Amino acid sequence: MLSYILRRLLSGVLILFILSLVVFVLLRVVSGDKAGTICGLNCTEPGIKAARHLLGLDKPYFPIGFGKGFPFILFHPNNQYMTWIKDLATGHLGNGHIDQAPIIDTIRHRLPVTLELLIITVMFTVAIGVPAGVISALYRNSIGDHVVRVAAVLGLAVPSFWVATLVIYFPSHWWGYAPPFGRSISFFQDPWGNLRQFVPPAAVLGLASAAGIMRLTRSSLLEVMRTDYIRTARSKGLRETSVVARHALKNSLIPVITVLGLQVAGLLGGAVIIEQIFALPGLGLLEFQSLLNRDYQVVQSLTLYLGAAVILMNLLVDVSYAWLDPRIRYS
Amino acid sequence: MATTQAIDTLEMVAETVRPRQSRLRMTGRLIVQNPLGFFGLVVILVLATVAIFAPIIAPYDVGDYRAGQPKEGISSHHLFGTDGLGRDMFSRVVFGARISMGVAFLAVIGGTAIALLIGLVSGYVGGLPDNLIQRSIDTALAFPQLLLLLILAQVLHPSFHTVVLAIGIAIIAPVARIVRGAVLSERNNQYVEAARALGASTPRILFVHIAPNVVALAIIIMTTLLGTAILAEASLSYLGLGIPVPNPSWGTDIGLARNSFPFHLPWAFFPGLAITLTVLAFNLLGDSIRDIFDPRLRGRL
Repeated sequence: MLSYILRRLLSGVLILFILSLVVFVLLRVVSGDKAGTICGLNCTEPGIKAARHLLGLDKPYFPIGFGKGFPFILFHPNNQYMTWIKDLATGHLGNGHIDQAPIIDTIRHRLPVTLELLIITVMFTVAIGVPAGVISALYRNSIGDHVVRVAAVLGLAVPSFWVATLVIYFPSHWWGYAPPFGRSISFFQDPWGNLRQFVPPAAVLGLASAAGIMRLTRSSLLEVMRTDYIRTARSKGLRETSVVARHALKNSLIPVITVLGLQVAGLLGGAVIIEQIFALPGLGLLEFQSLLNRDYQVVQSLTLYLGAAVILMNLLVDVSYAWLDPRIRYS
Repeated sequence: MATTQAIDTLEMVAETVRPRQSRLRMTGRLIVQNPLGFFGLVVILVLATVAIFAPIIAPYDVGDYRAGQPKEGISSHHLFGTDGLGRDMFSRVVFGARISMGVAFLAVIGGTAIALLIGLVSGYVGGLPDNLIQRSIDTALAFPQLLLLLILAQVLHPSFHTVVLAIGIAIIAPVARIVRGAVLSERNNQYVEAARALGASTPRILFVHIAPNVVALAIIIMTTLLGTAILAEASLSYLGLGIPVPNPSWGTDIGLARNSFPFHLPWAFFPGLAITLTVLAFNLLGDSIRDIFDPRLRGRL
């Protein structure tokens, strides 16, 4: 088990390395330099040079480059890529272009917002998806089953940004009500205000994932109910509720947990849209705004941090898998 | 072993002896067994017709801001109302089908084709190339797709082509992974061994012998991905990083409606309805096709 975790961590580092290269090349090399933007309208040649130097953009991109003469390979100890990686590790990411606040502080302030949004979304997903899936599987082909299945198909097809737009519109149109905008309300200072702010976006964000979880729970439970040990449990004379709750459900929820873990990556992407619509100052909104402002230091760094979080999350899910189902052993 | 072979032969004989059902009856049975998939297919055909004949169906030009007053409600002149500039929303939704379906089909077909190539090579060649490709796929899968799409779209500057490119690239990783899995199981079949024994070259084995057996799988995956691609295009356009402004993209129109004040419901409502209906149709059709051809894929996509 330990060697498995170590191996996974190692491959995680490799994945992060590839991700860092891709993001770096896309944002720095392909999109060109933004010294002109920083320098301003009345920019002169020395001004651009100064801005470039200030941003470190006059340094070579990578530690290894190609030279014209022998030995054709040049080593640049002072380069942009390695500087960035060092910044990532130490957290000294510099200041944002617009607000001039330290980037790492901005990330730290915004992390709880996205975290709470994700936690409430996952709670919502499980609270809706699992019971609906169980009912749908147990009362197969009943009216309830059909209702749940249609709802799931719709939930997967409806664009979340459209639902979010309507969710903001209708209450404000009918009752003059809107969720609090702009700043985030701390749960500990004002629990009610905090929930009013977070529950609507989380519900919208959780629509598609709840639909997916519902379908998975249904098919997984149906499969488990056909197995021999369920027949054994029934033939022992156990009540049906006990068969379902104590025997079938546990095993049928194992794939559900895996998928729930995998959905976190998708939810992070969805958070970009939902945070924008509900004006929640979280990491998704930060990433999106920085992208539009061409503040690439923020985009690059945040992207890597999020990537690391997703990789760790996936590892956790796989490890919990073995813990939940003793038949699974990693070697 | 011998008995299973005997049973196989028996079944083959039975297959040839049994009178073949007429094609019409088989189609009829498929429809009865998959009413939802058939519904999806009909909706897609209608939408495709709408997209093709958009200039005939749409009462106004997409860019005609003199079609009506800004933010008109629903009327017999403007079935879906008008947008903030007075352009006819019904016409825009009709023309939007072109963009939505165009992006989805181009991105999914292109992405799947490249993924097929990568998956074939990765699965058959193995070794270091396989390892490198698989770690790259891990990277793509480990990361929120939408964020990647946003970065790609922003860096390449939003346009029809970059949206197709970005979504196509995003599709490559998951499809290549599934294709590779299929190739791995095909690789050990006897027909591959036979081809190799005959002295066939690696490209020939890959593209003449293995590829036809994997293409069916790729087509199944493609139908399930079309809905996802349409949602991706709409999301990008909604955020302003997709199809640029004067074009009638459904996502763009919802984004514009949301940012206008006062909010005008028909402007945002009907494009969203169109997206939902289209994605729903593609999902239903994709689910049915997958169930008919390969029930083992259930839950993997």
